[in-house]
Amino acid sequence: MSDHELRVSKIRDGTVIDHVEGGQALNVLAILGIDGSEGLGVSVGMNVPSDRLGRKDLVKVEGRELSQSEVDVLSLIAPEATINIIREFEVVEKNRVTRPDRVAGVLSCPNRNCITNADEPVETRFEVVADGVRCDYCSTVLRSDIADHIDV
Amino acid sequence: MRQDHLITATQLSRDDIEAVLDRAREVAADPEAYAGRHAGTMLALCFFEPSTRTRMSFDAAAQRLGIDTIDMGDVDSSSVSKGESLADTVRVIEGYADSIVLRHPSEGAATLAAEFVDVPVINAGDGAGQHPSQTLLDLHTIRENHGLDDLTVGIMGDLKYGRTVHSLATALTNFDARQHFVSPESLRLPRSVRFDLHETGAQVREHDDLEAVLPELDVLYVTRIQKERFPDENEYHRVAGEYRIDADTLEAAPDDLTVMHPLPRVDEIAPDVDDTDHARYFEQAHNGIPVRMALLDTVLENAEADEGVEVDR
Repeated sequence: MSDHELRVSKIRDGTVIDHVEGGQALNVLAILGIDGSEGLGVSVGMNVPSDRLGRKDLVKVEGRELSQSEVDVLSLIAPEATINIIREFEVVEKNRVTRPDRVAGVLSCPNRNCITNADEPVETRFEVVADGVRCDYCSTVLRSDIADHIDV
Repeated sequence: MRQDHLITATQLSRDDIEAVLDRAREVAADPEAYAGRHAGTMLALCFFEPSTRTRMSFDAAAQRLGIDTIDMGDVDSSSVSKGESLADTVRVIEGYADSIVLRHPSEGAATLAAEFVDVPVINAGDGAGQHPSQTLLDLHTIRENHGLDDLTVGIMGDLKYGRTVHSLATALTNFDARQHFVSPESLRLPRSVRFDLHETGAQVREHDDLEAVLPELDVLYVTRIQKERFPDENEYHRVAGEYRIDADTLEAAPDDLTVMHPLPRVDEIAPDVDDTDHARYFEQAHNGIPVRMALLDTVLENAEADEGVEVDR
């Protein structure tokens, strides 16, 4: 990418989430619980040209290194994402997201009649299955519409 | 069945099912041998939805085992109407009883309840989810009439919301059983049940009408199509009429076809079927007693074993 195309500056310390499917960057931030109120420097690139994805989003979070378990949840909406941990402007770690067995407290169940939508003192919990997720309580299967049910 | 709770049919292996059904056979053959077996224990009947036969059947089964029962009563007159959560309700009831039978209008309610209590929870129906104790008595009825292998079963009616269908279809994947699903397009099996069937490699054969598959069937399991599933009453009458059977319909059926229904029926099985040799739905309902006795016996035995309590038999 040449200089006149550079849309987002380098960060000194933190995490760069690259190769996010176009249009999912804000959902990535939602999953990570980052809404700006915590004072972290956040840069978002959306629909940036990408050799691998055609169009991609990327998210840079300054001053925070995301843990593997945090980014694993991202695999649900951004299975191709790469996670770069940056220290002193250098990439010190580069990881792909891996699919977790379960995600808790991140998604709301789309089944309005599921007990988790009834003001009970429980977090939602979904099993990650081959092509989506499945509610541990009511067994509802969510596939392509996962991002519509992010509840963080 | 080593787990204490019975929440969904997916948790049941073939061995689990056969163990309960073997015991149900023993109970049916010699009920006296089981009388008083669990005297001094208490079962809580928690029905957050109206129920006649499931509630009475569990109550009767418990009493025949010597188990005392306490009943939450109608939801309208209980603390639930004051807005208490299910999690709180079952944690309170856990202190009163050694096991809980739960019916609730929300899917997943029994799973949630089981997370909050240490006593065994038996799911007696959670919304449009599961009804595994009904499945055990359905399987018992099928087994006593046909055996459970090399079997062709037709399941007809409301397959989308019918919890007895969801549990039965899943449980049948443990056996050598071909399943045909007969329903209107709008009431086909939900994604969650298809998922379980596909996971086991079972083939989902769907049909708009019964005619083509009827001659192949060993068992026809009929369920009620409910009026409230249709926005238009005329549409309901048109659809429901297509999935109604009578003695004439069954002329095309094999002589040994068993017709079952979880009951209550409205008009999906005409009364003239009652007089045919096919009708097994009242026998099926009666099987609720030995099967639920066997189930309660198994669940309580497991719970006692987990606690390391010596059980004097």
